[in-house]
Amino acid sequence: MTEHRIRVLIAKPGLDGHDRGAKVVARALRDAGMEVIYTGLRQTPEMIAEAALQEDVDMVGLSILSGAHMALAPRIMELLKANGQMDVKVFIGGIVPDEDVPQLKALGVAGVFGPGASTEDIIKEVREAVKS
Amino acid sequence: MIQTASILEGNRLALARLLTQVENNSTEGRAALAELFPHTGKAHLIGVTGAPGTGKSSLVNQLALHYRKQDNKRVAIVAVDPSSPFTGGAVLGDRVRMRDLSGDAGVFIRSMATRGSLGGLAQTTAGMVQVFDAAGFDIVMIETVGAGQSEVDVARLAHTTLVVEAPGMGDDIQAIKAGILEIADILVINKADRPGIENTEKALRSMLELAHPTKHVFKHHGIYMNDAQGLKDNESDASFWIPPIQKTVSIDGQGIAELAEHIARHAERLRVSGCWASRERTRLGSEMEALLQEALMNQFREKISAQKYNRIMSQVFERSLSPWEAVKRLTENNNGRTK
Repeated sequence: MTEHRIRVLIAKPGLDGHDRGAKVVARALRDAGMEVIYTGLRQTPEMIAEAALQEDVDMVGLSILSGAHMALAPRIMELLKANGQMDVKVFIGGIVPDEDVPQLKALGVAGVFGPGASTEDIIKEVREAVKS
Repeated sequence: MIQTASILEGNRLALARLLTQVENNSTEGRAALAELFPHTGKAHLIGVTGAPGTGKSSLVNQLALHYRKQDNKRVAIVAVDPSSPFTGGAVLGDRVRMRDLSGDAGVFIRSMATRGSLGGLAQTTAGMVQVFDAAGFDIVMIETVGAGQSEVDVARLAHTTLVVEAPGMGDDIQAIKAGILEIADILVINKADRPGIENTEKALRSMLELAHPTKHVFKHHGIYMNDAQGLKDNESDASFWIPPIQKTVSIDGQGIAELAEHIARHAERLRVSGCWASRERTRLGSEMEALLQEALMNQFREKISAQKYNRIMSQVFERSLSPWEAVKRLTENNNGRTK
């Protein structure tokens, strides 16, 4: 009998130490039946890409509240592609100004969740993104 | 199969993807395992178990660092965490403690959820370990869920099983759960810088003396005997092993080199005594049994009609049929012969 569970990497890149949101999302995704690998704080883009590869995740969720998303996201996406992980979907959660969202989407980011996002919406979007 | 060749060559993406196939118990995964099986049997499998909060992940982190720095051995780590019995999901957080290992191509860390298994490992953990073995990793560490009582799976899978304790985890006797001493090849007291370390050590030693024969209890006319077999002098009996107790402080690496020494001695003892081979046989036997059970259940489910099953189940619910009778009827084949 084949079983498949959606595997998600939740990572906190850079020096941002506020992890409550990341943990709330991790728990919500767990309660939705997904397997969530949480990396902890102060991850470099290289560490995140390495973890994504080893864990063969379907999705990477980046928690960024420091405003450094325009520097970190492109770098991480580049590394994922370089490792051959073309199909991994990347989501960003945290503090991202609306005007940056189109640029991030153009880079290939599947979705951006701000502080008001509901866990139901996150779960729904993650499921849809992974299926496609 | 192209996949297995690239894994044997060291392609990490192929390795990661195959691990997923094996974890999901797919046909592709099983076929690849069959191809890779002849390449297994070389790695030293080290199990790490113990109650939550004893520092297992930090310990694994330090041990892996040691193996990398001292011996340049390739290390794979399988870290198992529990799945929710209600939602089926899991948060796998063991990697958080292993940041020192990042960026090292000689290390591969994979997190797994138990997905309903109860013995501390997932059903497919043995298969995952085989993939790492075939891929050429010298050491495969398997870190289990670690509630501290039912983790016998890991003792059957690993060559050397470490049981990790920590001082101050409530009553010392409570901390030493039934069954733990039976599966431990090495007892580790982590967080040895905490108060209560002497009591924990004393309690463990006295438990060990009760569990294993020692010279002063069994010395009889100068001959050391341990059980009905009447073995002589335990120093020369290669298959006799009393679990050593090693204190460690995993956050700074104290005691790790000594622990690695114990592990090496244990591996040597297993090889010399022939126990390595017999453990392999037992382990493969258990794996075969588990696979057989699963295969037979699946075959049964395919053959039995839902109607018949539901009919019989209703009778059990009505209490007009006992579960034993029900199973007898379900396993009767069409000719009416019971199996």
